[in-house]
Amino acid sequence: MSVYLDHASTTPIRPEILDGYMSQLQVLGNPSSVHGSGQRARQSVEDARDRMAKALDCHRSEVLFTSGGTEGINLAIKGLYLAAVRKDPNRNIIITAATEHHAGVEPVEYLETSEGAEAVWAPVSSTGEIDLDWLANFLAENASKVALISLMWVNNETGLITPIEQITQLAQHYKVPVHSDAVAAFGHVPISFKKSGLTTMVVSGHKFGAPVGVGALIVARDAKMAITSHGGGQERGIRSGTLSSALTFAIGAAAALAEEELETVRQRVSGLAQRVIDVIEQTAPEAIFSRGAQPGYEGIVHFTFPGCSGDSLLFLLDSAGVSVSTGSACRAGVAEASHVLMAMGRSADQARGSLRISLGYTSTDAEVDLFIAAFPMAYAGAKKAGLPSK
Amino acid sequence: MKVLAAMSGGVDSAVAAARAVEAGHEVVGVHLALSRNPGTLRTGSRGCCTIEDSMDAQRAANILGIPYYVWDFSERFKEEVVDDFIAEYQAGRTPNPCMRCNERIKFAALLEKALALGFDAVCTGHYASLVNDVNGNLELHRSNELAKDQSYVLGVLTAEQLAHSMFPLGATASKSDIRREAEERGLSVANKPDSYDICFIPEGDTQDWLSEKVGKAPGQIVDREGTVLGDHSGTHEFTVGQRKGLSIGRPAADGKPRYVLEIRPKTNTVVVGPQAALAISEMFGSRYTWCGVAPDQSGEWTDIHVQVRAHSEGVEAQYRVNNGQMEIKVSEPIIGVAPGQTAVLYLGSRVLGQTTIDRTVSSVAAIPVGVE
Repeated sequence: MSVYLDHASTTPIRPEILDGYMSQLQVLGNPSSVHGSGQRARQSVEDARDRMAKALDCHRSEVLFTSGGTEGINLAIKGLYLAAVRKDPNRNIIITAATEHHAGVEPVEYLETSEGAEAVWAPVSSTGEIDLDWLANFLAENASKVALISLMWVNNETGLITPIEQITQLAQHYKVPVHSDAVAAFGHVPISFKKSGLTTMVVSGHKFGAPVGVGALIVARDAKMAITSHGGGQERGIRSGTLSSALTFAIGAAAALAEEELETVRQRVSGLAQRVIDVIEQTAPEAIFSRGAQPGYEGIVHFTFPGCSGDSLLFLLDSAGVSVSTGSACRAGVAEASHVLMAMGRSADQARGSLRISLGYTSTDAEVDLFIAAFPMAYAGAKKAGLPSK
Repeated sequence: MKVLAAMSGGVDSAVAAARAVEAGHEVVGVHLALSRNPGTLRTGSRGCCTIEDSMDAQRAANILGIPYYVWDFSERFKEEVVDDFIAEYQAGRTPNPCMRCNERIKFAALLEKALALGFDAVCTGHYASLVNDVNGNLELHRSNELAKDQSYVLGVLTAEQLAHSMFPLGATASKSDIRREAEERGLSVANKPDSYDICFIPEGDTQDWLSEKVGKAPGQIVDREGTVLGDHSGTHEFTVGQRKGLSIGRPAADGKPRYVLEIRPKTNTVVVGPQAALAISEMFGSRYTWCGVAPDQSGEWTDIHVQVRAHSEGVEAQYRVNNGQMEIKVSEPIIGVAPGQTAVLYLGSRVLGQTTIDRTVSSVAAIPVGVE
């Protein structure tokens, strides 16, 4: 039996949506066409938009379909920044954190090198939380120069939850827009876009049971967004390109299911995760639970193992049929120390010794049993192999 | 056996892994991430350090149906190979980074990790043969494909390392056979160009890269008598035996071209002279190892062949170990041997051992070259 404990990378497609998805794949028609076929495809897209709006607690016009998380985050950060700086050239600061996903860090660095932005990296603690006092003070002194704040809702590596509403409350006072990457959050922790106070928010379908290749960018109706991707003007002109009625159906249906089952799944996942944490803490007392006692999404269990290399642990667990991750899976083919842990003040060696076990709606006790059986030997082997540095 | 196949993304290591699979071993492919900031696509004739190379290795592993991982050795590689390369040049020596990588990364850091994780051996695409002698001891021999033979860069391996090594390409007739075999196996790297350049030097220009790393350090170019002939902007820009780029205005008295004879880092001086003065008859090295079972240390002179660079041949010589130092006498003088290079000793086709050359003795006159 193979054990899949990498749901934060991608989670299985919801079996309930497969039939509908397959039949939508056979529906002919471009949702932007005016004839009957087009209108039928459009209806499926708009049904999905309604479902997304309900699941995310936002207005249907605020839901823009995208190809996934990275595209949405790029559109949001670049769009908010350029709109702000074009209105007032002095408003060029982007407040963000070095613990963001690469999809959040890289657009900011691009805007720094190419569009005159100044990135301000919010200080984070050793468990990853943003220093809110610092943020309040910084805004008090510099708010007129701040184009946007970009902070993720749930950290994809450590599972830490950022108190988004506290941040938007601080920002609203100065009318600074706040963007949040909610890719690791939606479907796992309660989210209401309306209550969040956010200007933009991004979710990705394959993290909650839709196929890879579809996501949503939620843009508040009053948001000032520059257009950074140009074309036929679909999705409020912010995300041009032909919509897939099948993919939008799938994300709408998966979002509805995820929202509906959130509490029951979360409770089950939470219990399973605790068993994972227990075996790790018993086997490796020196291991450090990365988000400490901070609030987090229970389904993401992230530890660092001193003197151990994460890729050794991953290899040995994989050999035993257990799929886990060392962290973000996005760096093409090249293993490297986690930038998230480095931002939390860990050394490169500490950051290399990290492992993320992430559970999801399909996780079972039997899978966790197998993890518990495999972990002690994997840990002993990885400990013996040590670290690649001297 | 459980075999870890080191896969660079090139055709040789892919075919080596394929042969290990075919021989019935349980094979896992591993690509070594050696660069901190890898390029996206490979350029020129570099070997292994781009993301494209990693993807090529992964594709080959997919086709062979074996698991594949990337392991990060970039920090260790920088310390043990790149920094060593720079330090050696700064010390006026001519290092061989591929040899250091074999000695300290592939058959040390990687092998140690592999053994700790339960593997029995590391398999690479080097052209060399492992043979058992009559007593069952492992010996390293030249590849049948002499034109591609890489036993030289493996000369640093010890008996313990050989015992956990696997070179499935050893008995191959030719490189074109390997390419044909890769094609037949459906490996997309079948026609990937060979690599020649040093993998961590992006543009393939060693001198420019070194200048960037160590900066300029102007000094003098002198002849053997100490007469100043010109200036240079850093000794790292020179290697013993070099003729071009000396920028000395005046011709030599005999009208013949001059060559770099010696680099003296302490005085930041480059010594030049006629080609004849490059010829050396003896080499000495204190850092030596035996490749397999060590020979009797009688202190007597023993006939061998010695090879001093990767793409050359062995020449007739004798060696002995005297007072903890390896001494090598060549039968006919050889030219262009610099301290820092590795002398590999061969008994027939067998690699006997190696030493890093500390100093040499000129065959023309008793002008010692090397450590002052």
